[in-house]
Amino acid sequence: MTPETQVVYHTNEKRLICSGDWNLSHLLQLRTSLEKITKPHQGEIIINGDAIATMDSAGAYLLIQWIASLEQSGVQYTLQHFSQAHEKLLRFIIQTSSKEKKLKPPEKITFVEMVGQQTIEQLNEFHTYLTFIGQWTIELLYLFYKKGRIRYDEIAGVIYRNGYQALPIIALLSMMVGVVIAYQMGVQLRTYGANIFIVDFLGLSVLREFGPLLTAIMVAGRTGSAFTAQLGLMKINQEIDALDTMGVTPADILILPRIIGLFIALPLLTIWADIFGVLGGMMMATTMLNLTWYDCIHRFAHVIPLRALLIGFGKAPVFALIIASVGCFQGMTVQDSASSVGRNTTRSVVLAIFFIIVVDAIFSVIFSEMKL
Amino acid sequence: MTDYSVIEIDHLSTYLGGARVHKDVNLSISRGEVVGIVGDSGAGKTTLLREMLGLTQPTSGSIKLFGQDIFRASSTELLAIQRRYGVLFQQNALFSSLSLLENVSFPLQEHTDLDVSTIHQLALLKIAMAGLPTDAAFKSPAMLSGGMQKRAGLARAIVLDPELIFLDEPTAGLDPNTAGGFDELILNLQATMGLTIVIITHDLDTLWTVTDRVFFLGDGVVLSAEPMPELVKNPHPVIQAFFSGPRGQIAEMGYAKHGE
Repeated sequence: MTPETQVVYHTNEKRLICSGDWNLSHLLQLRTSLEKITKPHQGEIIINGDAIATMDSAGAYLLIQWIASLEQSGVQYTLQHFSQAHEKLLRFIIQTSSKEKKLKPPEKITFVEMVGQQTIEQLNEFHTYLTFIGQWTIELLYLFYKKGRIRYDEIAGVIYRNGYQALPIIALLSMMVGVVIAYQMGVQLRTYGANIFIVDFLGLSVLREFGPLLTAIMVAGRTGSAFTAQLGLMKINQEIDALDTMGVTPADILILPRIIGLFIALPLLTIWADIFGVLGGMMMATTMLNLTWYDCIHRFAHVIPLRALLIGFGKAPVFALIIASVGCFQGMTVQDSASSVGRNTTRSVVLAIFFIIVVDAIFSVIFSEMKL
Repeated sequence: MTDYSVIEIDHLSTYLGGARVHKDVNLSISRGEVVGIVGDSGAGKTTLLREMLGLTQPTSGSIKLFGQDIFRASSTELLAIQRRYGVLFQQNALFSSLSLLENVSFPLQEHTDLDVSTIHQLALLKIAMAGLPTDAAFKSPAMLSGGMQKRAGLARAIVLDPELIFLDEPTAGLDPNTAGGFDELILNLQATMGLTIVIITHDLDTLWTVTDRVFFLGDGVVLSAEPMPELVKNPHPVIQAFFSGPRGQIAEMGYAKHGE
């Protein structure tokens, strides 16, 4: 049977008797009893380890800390009846803890410093982003003027994964948006008896704004994040360094195909979203507003100018450039840690959507100035 | 101290994805031993390690750690077993979002009721025991060199004062000097803390200097379990092929001389 884990101090004999399991699970108990002992201020103290059953480094460390505080107050000590293994462990811990230096916690920074740091970081990042855009633009020009190799396979892969495979979800969501628009506006129009105008409203809003904008936002969430995570992991795995050393620039094989691929896929997805948005709206109109499909389609052809479609369609490539370049850029700036991939993926989606909306607002101003 | 084996593997067989990895592996490791597990690439060393850690389920057979079958143990029992061993993974598996100190403190924070300052003290002690400078404590793993990352991984493996540690390729990718230092560190920890150590390695120097006994895995079984000097003389063709290359010869010559 192992003796009870405890530490007893006999004041008269100046003898500290340690017994039981000096390990991590008894550490708190032992420390409390050690703290209760009133230490002598002079002379010599005998520490008896005869009854110690097991001792691990945590227990040994506790004892050594206590001994160190003894020595500070000028008290000598002798270890008595410690087993060879325990003594070895104690010596090793003394040796290691003497190497330990006082720990300096990292300095806390003030609010002003933080604002300054963040500002500089943002400016730096903007600078790197511009460099990044410059790099792939040069690669792109090189591709066309010097007849470099166009990587059709990679581009096709990007279009397949980020265009073709997104068709169902984009169709479903645009259709629902169409339903919502028709429903919300239909209620208002019905009170004026202007049911048929739902077609004008639906056509213009979906083709000019909702189609391109919502598709871009969905693709930013779906594809932009994927680009960042893929490139980020490749960076951590040193795959990008490997490519560089083989004379293949990452821009050439990774970034350009993604940008070109999305540049092709997003406008097509936008048309797809337009179709389903309008269909969804008309479906709602026929069930709720007593219109027939014939009415809807007939009026659609009359009142919706081709211009509306083209304006919406024209925004898509710009959105594609934003999504792909932000996504790839965030992927390429991943640092060596898993949390960095997460952070950059979030940033990629947030920044892409942010810029999409800003650019969309700018487009609206320009188009209204041009009276389009 | 009880005299059961720390690890006991009985008639273990494993099929992974249709391929047979282990046919009939039997081994037993007793307390305080330092054993190496070697074998050609693809001999199932890593699979065996994963099974001993309970990460991969073997097809049949049993694995007992500290006398308890880990695949029959309840989750509480398993947790109690897990607290008694530490692992240094091949890629170190340090948590990249935590600093070195937080990495090493993590098991203490999860498994003990100690207050933060005690946890940090103990973690720092282990960091120093693993031979790392204290001022590295707030660095993130990515900022540490390869050798330091290994030491950090080891510090985390020993922070709960385990009785058993598993080291997966502890010296792979280290320069000879650092690798030698690491071997020394392992021996030192073994001597002072009375650890049982299982090392999976290809490093001949580690095998010669550190291990008491070496298990040679091949053909899905343990071909041999003997100390290095005997193992290199084992006539089995697979073992001979493993050690008779130029590197094996040089290492053998070097260490055989030392022994005399």
